[in-house]
Amino acid sequence: MNSTTASKPAAVASKPERRKRPIDYKDWTFNFFNYLILALLVLATIYPFYYIFIYSISDSIQAQKGVTFWPAGFSLEAYQTTVKLPGIMDAAIVSLSRTVVGTLITVFCCSFFAYLITKEELPFRKAIYRFVLVTMYFNAGFIPWYLTMKTYGLQNSFLLYVLPTALAGFNVILIKTFIEQLPASLEESAKIDGAGYFKIYTSIIFPLSMPIIATIAVFAAVGQWNTWFDNYFLVESPKLQTLQLVLYNFLNQSSNLSNATTEQLNRGDLVRTLTPQSIRMAITMLVTLPIVLVYPMLQRYFVKGIMMGAVKG
Amino acid sequence: METTTASQAGKKRRFKSSHRRKDGYKLLLAALPFVLIAFAFSYVPLFGWIYAFFDYHPGIPLSKTPFSGLDRFREMFSDPRMGPVLMNTLALSFLSILTAPIPMLFAIMVSEVRSGWFKRLVQTVSTLPHYISWIIVYALAFSMFSTEGAVNAFLMKLGLGGAPVDVLGNYERVWTVQTLLLLWKSVGWSAIIYLAAIVSIDSEQYDAAKVDGAGRRRTIWHITLPSIMPTFIVLLLLSISNLLSAGFEQYLVFSNVMVADRIEVLDLYVYRLGLVTGDYSYSTAVGMFKSIISIVLLFTVNLLSKKFRGQGIV
Repeated sequence: MNSTTASKPAAVASKPERRKRPIDYKDWTFNFFNYLILALLVLATIYPFYYIFIYSISDSIQAQKGVTFWPAGFSLEAYQTTVKLPGIMDAAIVSLSRTVVGTLITVFCCSFFAYLITKEELPFRKAIYRFVLVTMYFNAGFIPWYLTMKTYGLQNSFLLYVLPTALAGFNVILIKTFIEQLPASLEESAKIDGAGYFKIYTSIIFPLSMPIIATIAVFAAVGQWNTWFDNYFLVESPKLQTLQLVLYNFLNQSSNLSNATTEQLNRGDLVRTLTPQSIRMAITMLVTLPIVLVYPMLQRYFVKGIMMGAVKG
Repeated sequence: METTTASQAGKKRRFKSSHRRKDGYKLLLAALPFVLIAFAFSYVPLFGWIYAFFDYHPGIPLSKTPFSGLDRFREMFSDPRMGPVLMNTLALSFLSILTAPIPMLFAIMVSEVRSGWFKRLVQTVSTLPHYISWIIVYALAFSMFSTEGAVNAFLMKLGLGGAPVDVLGNYERVWTVQTLLLLWKSVGWSAIIYLAAIVSIDSEQYDAAKVDGAGRRRTIWHITLPSIMPTFIVLLLLSISNLLSAGFEQYLVFSNVMVADRIEVLDLYVYRLGLVTGDYSYSTAVGMFKSIISIVLLFTVNLLSKKFRGQGIV
């Protein structure tokens, strides 16, 4: 990758060289360093992911001597063992469910509420809108949050993952702005046909707002997949552990794990060829992979989202 | 503008007003659950601030708890841990403010790339770390920098390493290391907003500069930079208002026995006081102190912005 990007500025610079000589030399150096630095940054960002990947598919014992560019040997044993670790599959299901359910709830609440806010007929419209928006700017703090969630009985409950995130002021602003740009005539004609507000929302507003809703859904989904502090502080039940927290506990208990592995080693169990380091890499891969795989496809939504936010803010 | 056209429409359709009122009730009823959600999850926790005025201990109901007035707030001044914690918080915040121009520079560099695919590659790759959790960042950093990590293994291979370097457990360098990690995670994301600003610069300005014989560096200096400066200022002001909110998750995850002392920021301290020590009241008081200062900072910064830019930031 590095060599292709480094040769690129040379190719670009060689063309105009014939026309204007004095500026071009400067231009060439500029390009060269610009591309070089950016290429190094790309490398510095990608390499840790790549390293984890090649380590996780390396032969565990050979990898201990260090891997740099290529996997050392090849083995999928780390994955096979990881998948069988107690709690991993449950955690994957919990993480997946909170991502799906949480995203659906956020998308529905934010978009339906935003639609209601666009209705002139809604009494106290401005006040209600402000009431929700202001929540973006304050935060009661840790202990009040903790005690409130406990009072609601959300401790050790799946609802803790998906309810508090239902309404986000920022999302409401984005969707409301989008809905206001839609032609009012569509809604008018549906109204004349006798459609109620909810019907108009489901059959006209929601489908037409798809571009912004997709953006918000993507943000919400990534947020859900990555959130772990609610799990960390308020959910002890092993049935409700998220993948993120399992990974975290695993990283912190690496010493315990290596003890366990040595024990198994001594007993001559199956794990003879596997180091805790390999298992750690495999788990990290499993938690990271969904984001890394889905991310490039969704990148345009992300960019669109922040651009809209920038225009608003 | 929109409201005036709507009210004109409303005048025309006055005969429908009773119908409208009925619609209004319906809409209000539909909006109610959302108001309740916002109330329950954002406003109700504020009532928890009351704990800061009592000597509350879990298990004893608040009604039987002695009222302590502002004692728990006074306690902050005699708390020997408060100084170091504030120091950590401010130092880490200042370091991240110090690195604030880097995303801007990065955006300028990306915007100067002419090859389309390379530009897309740089943008896609550099934004990726924003979408992974701090736990994954920790896992990655651990695999790179731990004593048995990639960096040490590589140094060993080259025969350069004496004793393996423990980057994540280095007491002296922990602020720098954490600031660099934060930068790694956020540079691409923070750059997007600058890139948007650069794209919206009128291209005629560049054409005119070119006609006048300005080179790349001069167009950057005289056109690009001044055009994105307002964005920079807004973001800088916002980060000043977040001075006391140095990232909780980051320092919780990266905390270890060696460096815990130096990265215990205010939010982390609040958590430790509350859930580890069990002193709910004092923890709430410290948290409240932080929230109030943050809000005051936000308003101050907003006021300054209004005064000097003629435009608020919130």
